[in-house]
Amino acid sequence: MSNSILEGRDAAGESTADDTVTNTAADSPASTTVMSMQQALNRALDEVLADNPKAVIFGEDCGRLGGVFRITDGLQAKHGAQRVFDTPLAESGILGMSVGLAMAGFHPIPEVQFDGFAYPAINQIVCQIARMNYRSRGTMPMPITLRVPSFGGIRAPEHHGESLEALFAHVPGLKVVSPSNPHEAYHLLKYAATRPDPVIFMEPKSRYWQKGEVDTARHDAGGGSPTGAKVMREGRHLTLVAWGAMVSRCLQVAELAAEDGIDIEVLDLRWLKPIDAEALAASVRKTRRAVVVHEAPLTSGLGAEVAQLITQSCFDTLKAPVERVTGFDVPYPSGDLEDEYIPNIDRILFGIQRVLEYKRG
Amino acid sequence: MDTLLPVASGGAAGPPTSDELRELYSLMVAVRHLDTSAIAWQRQGIIPGYAPELGQEAAQVGSGYAVDTTRDFVFPTYREMGVARTMGVDMVAYMSTHKATWHGGLYNPMESRLAPIQAVVAGSVLHAVGWAHGQTLDRQDGVALTYFGDGASSQGDVHEAMNFAAVMKAPVVFFVQNNGWAISVPTERQVAGGSVAARAAGYGIPAVKIDGDDVVAVLDATRRAFAHARSGNGPVLIEAMTYRRGPHSTSDDPGRYRSLDEERDGAGTDPLERLRQRLLADGIADEAFFAEALAAAKAEEEQIRTGIQALGSRPGTEMFDLVFQETTPALKAQAANWREESEHV
Repeated sequence: MSNSILEGRDAAGESTADDTVTNTAADSPASTTVMSMQQALNRALDEVLADNPKAVIFGEDCGRLGGVFRITDGLQAKHGAQRVFDTPLAESGILGMSVGLAMAGFHPIPEVQFDGFAYPAINQIVCQIARMNYRSRGTMPMPITLRVPSFGGIRAPEHHGESLEALFAHVPGLKVVSPSNPHEAYHLLKYAATRPDPVIFMEPKSRYWQKGEVDTARHDAGGGSPTGAKVMREGRHLTLVAWGAMVSRCLQVAELAAEDGIDIEVLDLRWLKPIDAEALAASVRKTRRAVVVHEAPLTSGLGAEVAQLITQSCFDTLKAPVERVTGFDVPYPSGDLEDEYIPNIDRILFGIQRVLEYKRG
Repeated sequence: MDTLLPVASGGAAGPPTSDELRELYSLMVAVRHLDTSAIAWQRQGIIPGYAPELGQEAAQVGSGYAVDTTRDFVFPTYREMGVARTMGVDMVAYMSTHKATWHGGLYNPMESRLAPIQAVVAGSVLHAVGWAHGQTLDRQDGVALTYFGDGASSQGDVHEAMNFAAVMKAPVVFFVQNNGWAISVPTERQVAGGSVAARAAGYGIPAVKIDGDDVVAVLDATRRAFAHARSGNGPVLIEAMTYRRGPHSTSDDPGRYRSLDEERDGAGTDPLERLRQRLLADGIADEAFFAEALAAAKAEEEQIRTGIQALGSRPGTEMFDLVFQETTPALKAQAANWREESEHV
């Protein structure tokens, strides 16, 4: 699938340093508009509500306020307080209620206000949402799209900057996805919110206000799978694997490395479960080197899974062990130390250097 | 606390008729016989384990009898065999959970109107609230009936469920079977504030504490609660005081935490015997009827046991096929691997 994506994305190399927009204005079809990720998500939800009368959005402050990040802004006014509503402030209640609504034939789109507040709902997510289809032998599907503003980078209080993807990905019965830019946010949310299975939708909150072009008519030029990874920048020497907010950072790194003649491919994993193992293999078979970048702590992070998948498919041709550039095995730090924790450009470049300079034996 | 709930309008409420009383007795005998037999099945190696509901027949049959399976939905724990039987659930499919065939049981929960068997105490109480709110959104008049015990009442989810239901005026009947024991811990070391029903006042939820061993009282309270919730008045809580006469499960040893004297004093009169005496005193049933009911219960148990013994394991492919509606490449690969490697054994 990657080849077909690449053919349609010749402009990828022209990306500016700070965003991931790949179409130049001159190429843009009529269906393309520039919007922030917040606007793209809001538009996707608006359309999901319009398309599916059984879709309901709820959570803390989702209604009148439009959410603390304004992702549901205006939706209650437009679709009514029966479709978009505020709940009491209790995450287990929100997720437990989602199970019952799903049993009653609804497509719940609950919001957990911040990543760290998914923890109080873990029993409902892990023991109930993830297993009800299984427990009921497929008679009670759980079409629940759980939106979780995720990851760090906004100088927020404790529990507002967590990266839970490895935790969710480890749970049988859940699917996990994270968009990296407004275009991906629009399409991946619309896709996730029409699936019959539970999807944890991890929104990179530090990217909510970054603008980019969104082509509402088509997701992947060239016909890539909406459940697959996506090559955001083509390169020959090394593959950077990332998701969420780290994708744009990796694109910046690729631009800097290009100045030194290093041609880097950036693969946006998009789906963190299931992981597109074929796309990883296709990319690294070509580049023969890989660095995986994530904000979550190192140990048992998703980078280990990615590294294993690459090793499994590319062991014979790899030039170096897969490198991981990640957060540390520490509680997510206060804002003052946030930039020390989240992989920055220098740390990613060091990771690339270690791989490029690796000597066998 | 002893808020008198409104009497149902229409035919749903009122004292049970003689026919209904006889049917309640037959159901209680069937449940009693199946329940005590299941302990024997476990001892005989037919099933690996069971959580008996001995002594709770009146609470379960009486409340389950109030359910309208054309529009209501019931959310059980793992000890509601009597409710399932009363609702007419396929009992081989239900008991299969105790045969370790499939965790949730093999019955179809959507058709049975009984959610899959739930092993997390208080795990499904919030589901009832969500389902009930769905009735409000759909402008339907179904009521969610959710069961939990005195032990589960300690869980935070019960608080969240009662608060959510009250805020949203969701049509939920919270049915607490206070059977005195959460495995080894007695109610007085579990429930502060005197009772679970007393807590309902804090949410503005009408509540009744009833004699859970009196099937007529249970049925009457549940019918009133359904009428209240169905009329758009929001949730209701019923605390049925009963006694877990048996062990928590076939793995439990009550002798380590309560004496036989304490058991006898706590249990009081057998709920089945109480109904029998009542039917006799009121001339509603005679010994011939009781004998017939017991014979029917025995025949039913034999049929269910035969069905359980005939149940084979589910095919291993179901481990993989039932995880998602839309499976994943990784699961397909694991299934293929499993198949290939298990065929070599």
